[in-house]
Amino acid sequence: MDRLIENFLNFSILAEAWPTVLQGFGLTVLISLQVIVLGVGAGLGLAVLRSMKLRVMDWLIVGWVDLFRTLPQLVIIIVLYFGMPYLGLTLSPFVTTVLALAAVLSAFSCEIFWSAIYAVPRGQSDAASALGFGPMRLLFRIILPQALRLATPMLTNRAISISKGTALGTAVSLPETLGQAQSFMSMVANPSPLALAAALYLTLFIPLVVASRWIEYASSKGR
Amino acid sequence: MNELLENFANLDSLIMIYPLLLQGVQLSVMLAIVALPLAILAGLTIAVLYSFEKPLLRGFLLVWIDLFRSFPVVVLLVLIYFGLPFFGLKFNGFTAVVLALVLNNSGYYGEIFRAGLISVPNGQREAARALGFKPLRLVLVIVLPQAIRNVLAPLASNSLELIKTTSIGSMVAIPELLRSARVAQEQTYNPTPLMAAAVIFFCLLWPMARWVARLERRMLVPR
Repeated sequence: MDRLIENFLNFSILAEAWPTVLQGFGLTVLISLQVIVLGVGAGLGLAVLRSMKLRVMDWLIVGWVDLFRTLPQLVIIIVLYFGMPYLGLTLSPFVTTVLALAAVLSAFSCEIFWSAIYAVPRGQSDAASALGFGPMRLLFRIILPQALRLATPMLTNRAISISKGTALGTAVSLPETLGQAQSFMSMVANPSPLALAAALYLTLFIPLVVASRWIEYASSKGR
Repeated sequence: MNELLENFANLDSLIMIYPLLLQGVQLSVMLAIVALPLAILAGLTIAVLYSFEKPLLRGFLLVWIDLFRSFPVVVLLVLIYFGLPFFGLKFNGFTAVVLALVLNNSGYYGEIFRAGLISVPNGQREAARALGFKPLRLVLVIVLPQAIRNVLAPLASNSLELIKTTSIGSMVAIPELLRSARVAQEQTYNPTPLMAAAVIFFCLLWPMARWVARLERRMLVPR
C-alpha cells in the first residue's frame, strides 16, 4: 500500500508536475473542441453537398469519407506529420493533430448526417414541395431539423470517441496531457504524473460519456 | 510530378523495405486476432452478468463500463506499459497492447451487448423459463442470438475500430505495420514506406468499413 501511494500518489511530485500537466490538459481541451467544431461542421457541409446529387462531387465526397473512415487515426497523424514535409509543407504537431482528427470526424459525421437525411420519410419532402418550398428551404427548414434529431445520438458518441484521440498527438510530440505527463515521469522516475494525467482525462470524458448515454436513452424514448 | 512519384512511390525503396512491411502486417493481424475475441468475450461476460439483475453487481459493472469507455486507449496503454513496471508488473509490448485494447473495449462491447440484451422482449425469457430453460442456457440459447442481431451494426463498427487501434502498438515500439513503416522511412529517407503502409491499411480495412457503413445505414432507416 505504501508503495502504491509513493508511486502513484506521491504528493511532492504531483505538486511539481501539476502546472506542466495542467497546461497539457488545456491543450487537450482546446484540440478536442476544435476537432469537434471543425469535424462536425465539415461533415454537415459535405452531407448537404451530397444531397444535391452532383455526380463528380458525389464521388469526391464518397472517396473522402471512405478514406478517413477506414484509415486508423494514428496512421493519418503520422503520415501528415512525417510525409507532408516532402511536399514542402511542414505542419506543427498541433495543426497535424487537429487536421487529422477533424478529417476523421468529418468523414464519420458526413456519413451519419447523410444517412439521417436519407432516413427522413419521403412524404416530408413531397409535402414540402407541394406546398411550394424551394430546394434550399426544403432542405434547411424541413429535412435537416428532422435529420439532426435522428443523427444526434450516433454523432455525440462518435465525436466523443474521436476527441479522445487527442492523446495520439503524443506520437508527434504534441505537448498535451499524456505527453507532458510522460516526459515528467521520465524526469522524476515516478509514475505519479501519469496517474494525474489519467485522472484529468477521466474528469473530462466521464461526464461526456454519461451524457451521451443519457442522450441515447432520451432519444430512444422519444421515438 | 516526377519528383513527387520518386518521393511518395519510390519503387527501389519499396522493394528494399518490403520484407519489413510484410512482417509488420503479420504482427498487426496477430494483434487483432488475439485482442478481438478476448475483448468480445469480456464485453459479453459483462453484459450477461448485468442481465442477472443483482443491484450491487449492476452498479459495479456500469462503473466499469463507463470508466473504460472514458479512458483514451493510448492513455491506458501508457499506464500499463510505463506505469505498472514501477509496481513490479512488467508486460512486453504485445501483451500491453492486447491488455489495453481488451480493457478499453470490454467497456464498449459491454455497453453494446447490454443494450442488445435489453432490446429482447421479456416474453422470450418468460416463454423459455416456462419451457424449463436454466438461467445460463436461457441467456446463451434464447436471448443472446436475438440480442446480437439487434446490435450487429455497433458490434461490427466497434470491431473495426479495435482493429484500427492496433496501430497504437507503434507507440510502445512493437514493430506492427505503422512502426515498421516508420523504421523503414528512416532507412530510405523518403515517405514511400509510410504511403505504402497507409495503402496496405486501407486495402485491408476498406471492405469491412463499407460493410459497417451499410449496416449502420440500415439501422437508421425505419423498417
